[in-house]
Amino acid sequence: MRRVIYAFLLIFISFLLQTTVFRALNFGGISPNLMIIVTAAIGFMRNEKSGLLVGFFSGLLIDIFYGDIIGFYALVFMLTGYLNGIFSRIFYPQDMKLPLSLIALSDLTYGGLCYIFLYLLNGKFIFGYFVMHVMIPEMVYTVLISILFYPLILMLYHHLDELDRRANNVV
Amino acid sequence: MSPIVKRKGEKFTLPSKYLLLILSILCALMMFVTFTTTFLSGFLSNVAGFMIVPFQSGISKVGSYIDARVKQFSEIQRLLDENERLRAQVDALTTENTNLQQDRFELVNLRSLFELDETYEDYDTIGARIISKDAGNYYHTFVINKGTDDGIQIDMNVIAGSGLVGRVISAGHNWAKVSTIINDNHNVSGMVLSTADNLIVSGDLSTYADGLISFSKLVDTENKVVVGDKIVTSNISDKYLPGILVGYISTINTDSNNLTKSGMMTPAVDFSRLDEVLVITELKQTVKEDS
Repeated sequence: MRRVIYAFLLIFISFLLQTTVFRALNFGGISPNLMIIVTAAIGFMRNEKSGLLVGFFSGLLIDIFYGDIIGFYALVFMLTGYLNGIFSRIFYPQDMKLPLSLIALSDLTYGGLCYIFLYLLNGKFIFGYFVMHVMIPEMVYTVLISILFYPLILMLYHHLDELDRRANNVV
Repeated sequence: MSPIVKRKGEKFTLPSKYLLLILSILCALMMFVTFTTTFLSGFLSNVAGFMIVPFQSGISKVGSYIDARVKQFSEIQRLLDENERLRAQVDALTTENTNLQQDRFELVNLRSLFELDETYEDYDTIGARIISKDAGNYYHTFVINKGTDDGIQIDMNVIAGSGLVGRVISAGHNWAKVSTIINDNHNVSGMVLSTADNLIVSGDLSTYADGLISFSKLVDTENKVVVGDKIVTSNISDKYLPGILVGYISTINTDSNNLTKSGMMTPAVDFSRLDEVLVITELKQTVKEDS
């Protein structure tokens, strides 16, 4: 229960940060994708189920505010969370390479899916431009931010683990 | 005692792949519902509006407050110097102003003679502040801090300064979402002010980085339209009020069909520095078809 509340708070805060503070701190119109960081991080730190639930609710929040079709971002984020969850089996908290590369990969996949469904199916064949001017810059910025943001999420989860362990020892 | 001990508290858990399947179906259902009805978007939007908008409003207020304070400190010295210079200028300008006021009086008279005051300054507007922008980098939509409670309705036109920004595409009680004309999926029916030729202005993600958006389907058989001509919203648009400045033509090319022309135009509004906008509280009059 405690984890659920924390997860909702995390989604809520990163959504607020992403749509206000980080839109102001953009570089060339590109802002980092905090929701992808949260979704991916919870996915590979916990398991498939947590990842997909967090992804579903993050996506739904974006859908409600900024999506044209409710359910699209929810689906994309949910898949991202689920696929990251598979990597929870080879995840070690000390290792920084796997999380960062997974976040980068998730952001690229997210960008690719956005291109396919929002542009390609509208008849816009500007993939080269899209990769160079949106996907790559967004990925780089997201990875840079996640170097700061990801340890915070990790700390939060260590804290939650600690609380759980204490509760189990007492009983 | 039996070796089989009944364990209690064995909770039923759903395997994640089934959960994925169920939620995917749910997503597909929601997409289907939003395509066919407006029930879901209206309901969910209002729920989220009450939860999120107060926070976004607060953060952007704090942000602009801090921004203003920081600017205050850095600008004091510059302002002192400038003040000195401006005082000298004031004297010179006061004399000039007296002359100009006379000219202005003349101008007002002449204008009323030509009945040229039929610009969009007559439209009633509400000022609104942008409180958040699109979560992704793929579209240019933003949320403003006024909603249906302030009289904002879907399809109302949004302007800033002197040019068209876009239109309201959804509205909650205390917020409204605005889609801008530079959006990739946004088209505006416009016309060239000097010749009244109609054209279509479409947003373009790939060229907006250079500050340009594209226009097309311009029929100009007499080759009268030139670079620099003003483009305003047309009379035949069913969403936009007529005569709002959209931008200026910067390049023109003849299409391969030799009938129409297309090219690039510069929007009148600087979208990267948008902070406050005006919403025109008048909807375009449309003819309802009798069914």
